[in-house]
This record gives sequence, structure tokens and C-alpha cells, in this order.
Amino acid sequence: MADDALALELRGITKKFPGVVANDRIDFDLRRGEVHALLGENGAGKSTLMNVLYGLYHPDEGEIRIGGELVSMGSPKDAIAHGIGMVHQHFMLIPVMTVAENIVLGTEPRREGAILDLGAAEKRVRELSVRYGLAVDPRARIRNISVGRQQRVEILKALYRDAEILILDEPTAVLTPQEATELFKVLRSLADEGMSIIFISHKLNEVLSIADRITVLRRGKKIETLPTKDATEAGLAKLMVGREVLLRVDKTAADPGATMLRIDDLVVADDRGLAAVRGVSLEVRAGEIVGIAGVDGNGQTELIDAITGLRRPASGRIEIAGRDLTSADARQVLDEGLGHIPEDRQARGLVLEFTLAENLALEDYRRPPDSRWGWLFPARLIARARRLLREFDVRGGGPSARAAALSGGNQQKVVIAREVGRDPRVLVAAQPTRGLDVGAIEYVHKRLIAVRDEGKAVLLISLELDEILSLSDRILVLYEGGIVGEYGPETPEEELGVAMTGGGRKVAAA
Amino acid sequence: MSETLATPPAPPEGEGPGETVASRFAFYQRAGGVLTPLVTTVFAFFIGGLVVLLITHKNPISTYKAIFNGTGLNWFFPWISHADRINAAFNLQSTLLLTTPLILTGLAVAFAFRAGLFNIGGQGQYAAGSIVGVWVASSLTGMSGFPHIVLAILLGSLAGAGLAGIAGFLRATVGAHEVITTIMLNWIVFWLAGWLFGQQGPLQTSRERSLTQSNDIAPNTHLHVWWGNPILQGLHVGFFIAVAMLVVYWIVLNRTTLGYEIRAVGYNPEAAGYAGIDVRRAYFLAMAISGGFAGLAGVIDVLGWKFVLSVDDVQGQAGAGAVGFLGIAVALLGRNSAVGIFFAALLFGALLNGTSDRHLDPAVFPPTLAENLTLLIQGLVLLFIGADILVIYLWRARRRVVPRKLARTSST
Repeated sequence: MADDALALELRGITKKFPGVVANDRIDFDLRRGEVHALLGENGAGKSTLMNVLYGLYHPDEGEIRIGGELVSMGSPKDAIAHGIGMVHQHFMLIPVMTVAENIVLGTEPRREGAILDLGAAEKRVRELSVRYGLAVDPRARIRNISVGRQQRVEILKALYRDAEILILDEPTAVLTPQEATELFKVLRSLADEGMSIIFISHKLNEVLSIADRITVLRRGKKIETLPTKDATEAGLAKLMVGREVLLRVDKTAADPGATMLRIDDLVVADDRGLAAVRGVSLEVRAGEIVGIAGVDGNGQTELIDAITGLRRPASGRIEIAGRDLTSADARQVLDEGLGHIPEDRQARGLVLEFTLAENLALEDYRRPPDSRWGWLFPARLIARARRLLREFDVRGGGPSARAAALSGGNQQKVVIAREVGRDPRVLVAAQPTRGLDVGAIEYVHKRLIAVRDEGKAVLLISLELDEILSLSDRILVLYEGGIVGEYGPETPEEELGVAMTGGGRKVAAA
Repeated sequence: MSETLATPPAPPEGEGPGETVASRFAFYQRAGGVLTPLVTTVFAFFIGGLVVLLITHKNPISTYKAIFNGTGLNWFFPWISHADRINAAFNLQSTLLLTTPLILTGLAVAFAFRAGLFNIGGQGQYAAGSIVGVWVASSLTGMSGFPHIVLAILLGSLAGAGLAGIAGFLRATVGAHEVITTIMLNWIVFWLAGWLFGQQGPLQTSRERSLTQSNDIAPNTHLHVWWGNPILQGLHVGFFIAVAMLVVYWIVLNRTTLGYEIRAVGYNPEAAGYAGIDVRRAYFLAMAISGGFAGLAGVIDVLGWKFVLSVDDVQGQAGAGAVGFLGIAVALLGRNSAVGIFFAALLFGALLNGTSDRHLDPAVFPPTLAENLTLLIQGLVLLFIGADILVIYLWRARRRVVPRKLARTSST
């Protein structure tokens, strides 16, 4: 229901940081009642621009107009006073407090000057949630409600402060497909009520399904603003990356061979001692990719830890190429031919302070030619690194560069180079494209397919349904620690979504 | 200002000051290079000079000159007179005598730091090395000199290693924090010495029952003095052992698989564990080796110039001025690098010596205040190391907000 009155206008915003221009003369406008998507890769300048708008950064040049009036944002306080509300990717909520308490935090309604009037707060929250169709119980504690609900609380927080412009930073990153659909409905109805919404994302399909207009940023510059009806996925991807991008990996049908990874009735406890994986059985054969879909926190981490030897299973059995590795430690498992791309490359995949050569040796340093009798040969580490970096097209530094100096995509390439370069029999890839941009995702996906085609067994664990669907030859859905179904690669997203949230039928997994 | 305040909505993943004191420390160590410790030291001396001027109304320049001459470092100047040179040589020997254990206790702290551990029990490990060293060297008197010395050095180092190894073992198995356990172990050693060398103690000297000290070590276990007069505490060969240990330190860390493991664990224990490195073993070994350096310092002092150990020797060192604790300052200022530790140890050794009432010219600065001046300058150096960490932190926080994210644009 966008009318043409401008709620917000950014003119020529420039923000420089030492060595880089994060925003280069960006123009952006937001009509009243529209959903305007801000699309771009990581580092394109989306967050900087929004932080300028929200008063967190001061622009070096440019002006901000709200409702036609020139304003200056000294701090988030000013932004809030001008009716701007921001929902951050990581929620700013206090888990032990109730919904209502969180919403009124900082602007608590008071009685007789000093006493917190929680009754009034709850009443107001209830009014707002009814008005905008954002059902939440004001008395529920944050820690007891789902992530999707928590996001609603964040939105309500902004509405409570009379926001007329709502900024959502990658709001679907933490949501299930169902929750995302719900969110879109809510956003649409907010827009219909006259709210102006800026929707930050790097996911094309989302942007196409929710936005009225789309502005694409690339390397700090505005590339284009276009109405959604004129946009296509491929076209947007090209605008974002600056070249043609393959959105779906081309792959031939799998040609599975012998079973390489076999898991039988596996039970794994989490850190609190509760069973997080409850009787999982699965098989991955040479030359196929098996995808494990599921909402975060359904036992993925514990399952991966058990397979990779970092966590001892409570019961059950794990075999790699016929060898029982149920109670093997991480080194034994690696030596048996497991490659592992961990879900958090910076925390688990790399030693950021190490050089690339040292990082690439992380699993082989104890063996010749890297070392002999405890004596390390750095020159050989460097020689190997030089070969792998070339083979895996890692850019941004040679063997002596520190891992921390590389971009996320190149860091992930280093991890992949190490794991795939060891010629594993089984490759476990956990969230291999998390936080990567379109171009890097394309590379990772192609590599995984190539690994499969070399006849290795690949177990892919991902929270991105798109990724699961485009790579997997078979899909298993993990829900509350159990496999609730097996699906083919052509299964509609909705059906998987239902299974992921517990609506699936029980099917014995292969 | 706003840059430092602004937490980006999605904090850039990964690299940043770590969780523990030691990992944060390791992070800042890499950030500053060579310049910051130099600036830090100069600044500390400058402020120290102001204090001298304002509080004691002495001329800071002539005071520092006197301190400098007290360190014996003027020996390197070709233009000083023959008489001055004799005096300077004597002073320099004393300075290097102090530098020797400081190098080793500095290495002890630095080695543990590299594994992400904070060994602040260097003083206890030093004492353990001294006790075992004095015990071995004063008994077994039938042994000939060289093997006797080697045995004392080995067992003394092992004592330090064993003591710190306990802390490493506890950290590895039950997660007990090494800062707590090493301090507790210090006190166990201090009081153990009180019992061993005290009245009726098993190792109390047989020479004079009223003395609470050990027996003298066998004369043939005295380390060879290669420069100066052995009677006047000349410089013994232990100095070369300490310098050799700097090389050993570098080699172990950079040229062995163990050093590789320790560095990996120190930077990122989680990633190390994922790669199959046994993190607990690394913790244990890092602490044990760290303690070995401190224990070695203890034996070398005993064999080099102390020759006897008294209860007061051990327990009186419990204060912050003692070499074991100074090792922390040495490692901090030396930024955990072998070369840095050498110069930091030399600085602190010189400072201690140059301001001691034995070496500082009483006409220039009252000896009664001299010791306090040492502590003052030491304190300032440490304070500024802390401040330089803060400056680096703020500077990086400003810089890190966005460029790191932008760096990713160049991916693929």
C-alpha cells in the first residue's frame, strides 16, 4: 500500500573507515507503507548504512531527511525519537525477564513517580500485539519462548516506542521457514497499517517475496533501486556480485557405491547430560551427499561431535568404512579418513593467529613430511600450503599470511583445502556456507559436488533448506534428536518445513 | 568516540581478545610490535624522573646517570677511565648475575602464556629448584664436580617442572584454574622450606644449630666464574645457560610438533581439539616446561652465587620484588619473544642493581630511597604496559568495526 510520500530520505551518505569507504555517496529513500529491501553481500555496506541511520555512526558526508525534514542522528536516542526502530540480528533481550518487562525496558511506565506500573505495561503490550497481529503472552519469560516469538518481542519493542520506520537486519537468519512465512505476513500487515520497513538481507528469494522495492549495494556503492516486479533472482544475483552467478549447482545423478559411514541407533548426551541425539541411524555411501535438515538445536551439534570423535556417544555405533570408531578420539577418527568442515570456521576450523601454512597442517603436522621425531619442518608446511592454496584458489594471502587477515569466503576455502586435501573417505560438512556471500557459496557448493563425484561420502548438515535441497541426493530430517523422515531431493520445501517442526511422519531411515 | 561505542548489530565473527587473561594477553602481544615496549619504558623513566624531581628535589638527570653507572652498562663505553672501567665491570657482573634468573623466570611465564596459561607460580618453582639444587649439591659430596652439577641442575629443573606440572595436571583434568593453583603451590613450597631448613629440620645445616639454613653446597659444584673475581660474586657460566635457554625456547616453540601444538592450543583450544590435538596433554606439558625454566633459575642461582639457602631466603622472596614474580614483568615487556625477554630481563636486572644501595652513589641519591625508586620505576613500567594494552585495544576497536567485514567483499 505504498503511497509516494517519503518517510525517509538518505542523500549522498558517505562513511569512511581507515583504508576503506564503507558507504560511498549512497542515496536511499523509503516511502510510507512500503517494504524496501536492502540487498547486498557481506561487507557491501548495508549494516554501515543502517548504523548511520540509527545514529550509531556519524556519516562523513550526506544528509538524512525524515518526513522531509533534515535531521541529525547523534545517537540511537535521536533515531528512536524520530520514530526509527531497529530489530538487530542478535536480539537485545534479557532472557530472565518477561515479554512486557523487556518491551518497556528503558521507558517503563511509572506510578507516583517511581513505582513500576507493570500492569499498565502489560495492557499496552497486549493492545499492540492485538492491533498488529503479533500474538505473544506479555507475561511469558523470554527464555521460555521460541526464537520466532522473541523476534516479535523485538518488533513490539520498536512499536511500543512509536516507531514509524522499522529496520530489520537479516531477520530470517534465525527462523524456520514457517516462522519466516509468519514474519512476512506480519511485515505485510504492518506495512498496510502505514509502517515503513527496511528489510536487510542477502537472500534473494526472501527479498523477492516480501519487498515492494529493492536497493542493491555492492562494495559500498548503490548499484540500483528497482521495483520487485521488475526483478528476478538471477538478475539480482548479478547486481550483487557483479557477474553471472550460478544459483543452483549443476549436478548429475548420484552414483552411490559402498557404505562409508554407518551410524546405528546412536544416542548422544549434550553438555547438560540430556540425550540430544536419540537413536539416530543412518548411512552415507561413497559418491552421494546425504543432507540433514533441521531447525537449530535439534541435536545437530551433538551428532557432529559424536561422529568426529569430540563427544563420546552414550550408546550406539559409528563405523567409517567398516571400522568401529564409536569411542575413538578426534585424532583417530581423522586418521581413519574423516574430513570435517566445522560449523564455525573461526572458532573451530581455524587458528586465526596461525599462518595459512600452519592452519593447513593442523591435522597432519605430526606425520612426515611435515615432521619427523617431533621435529617440525616449516619449509615443507609452506610448500604444501602453496600447492593447496593454488589448487583451492584461496586469495588474500600466501602461506605466511595469517588466517585472520582473510575474508570469510577465503577462510572457508582454507578449511576446505585442508579437509578435502587430505583425501578423506567421508566428509562431514556442517553449515559450510554460513555467513558467506553468494559468490563464495557457489564455490563451496561446486566443491562439495566435486568431492562427491570423486566418490567420497558426504554428510551435509545445514540449517539452510535451500542448501540441503540443492546439494543433497537424499535428505534426512532431524527433529528433537531423531530422524523423522527421509526425502528425495525434489521434495517441496514446505513438506520438509513441516517435518522439521515435528509434523512429519515417522519413517525408518535408510 | 562513537566508533568505539558502536557495536555492530552482527558482531564480526571471531578474532578478538579472547576469554582468558592469558589469551587476551597473547592477543595484545601480537598487536604492538617492538615500538610499544620501547616507548613504554622510556615513558616510565620519564615519569620516574618527574617523581624524583618533584618529591625528592634531586636532579633526575644526574640521578639516572648515577643509576646507569650503578648498572655497570657504562662498561661498554670506550671513553671511560681505567679506574671507572674496573668499577663498571664489577657493577656489570652484578647486573648480569641478576639478569640470568630473570631471563629464565621470564621464559617460564612466556612459555605458559604461549599455551594460553598464566603461570604466576614462578617464585615457588624457582624456590623448588633452589631447594632441590642445594640439597643435591650439598649432599652426595663424593661425586666429582661436573656430573654433580649436571645432576643438581637436572633435578632442580625437574622439581620446578613437577611443581608447575601439578597445576597443569589439575587444569587439564578438573579444570582448576592455574592462577589459583600456582599461587597455592607457591605457599606450599615456601613453608616446606621453613620446615626443611628450620630448627630441627631434616635439611638444616649441621654446622651451627641456631642457623635456619641448609648446608653449604660442595665447593666443586660452584659454577665456574668466567668474568670477575669469584670471591666478589663474579659472573658465572649460568649466564650462558640462560642465554642458551632463550634459543631452546624459540626452537621448541617454532621447530617442534610440541611447540606447534602448544601454540595452537594457546591461540584456539577449540580448533586445536577439532583438529585432533590433545589439549589436555598440551596444558600439562606447557606448564611442566614452564616450571622447568623457573626451577632451572633456582638451581643456577644456588650453584652460581648463593651456595647456601636459608629459610629467609625462600620465604623473604614471597614479595613482589622477587625474581619469580619479576618474570611476569619480563615476559610482559618482552612480549613473549626470546629477544624481547633477553632485553627485558637485562632492563629489570640493571634497574634492580643500579638502584641498590650497593651500587648507587649515595652522594647523588639517598640510598634509603633508592630501593623505593626501583619499585617505583618497575611499577611504572608495568602500569604502562597495562596502559599500552589499553591503547592498542581502543585503537583496534576503532579500526575493527567495519574494515574486517569489508575485507570479505574481495572473496572469490
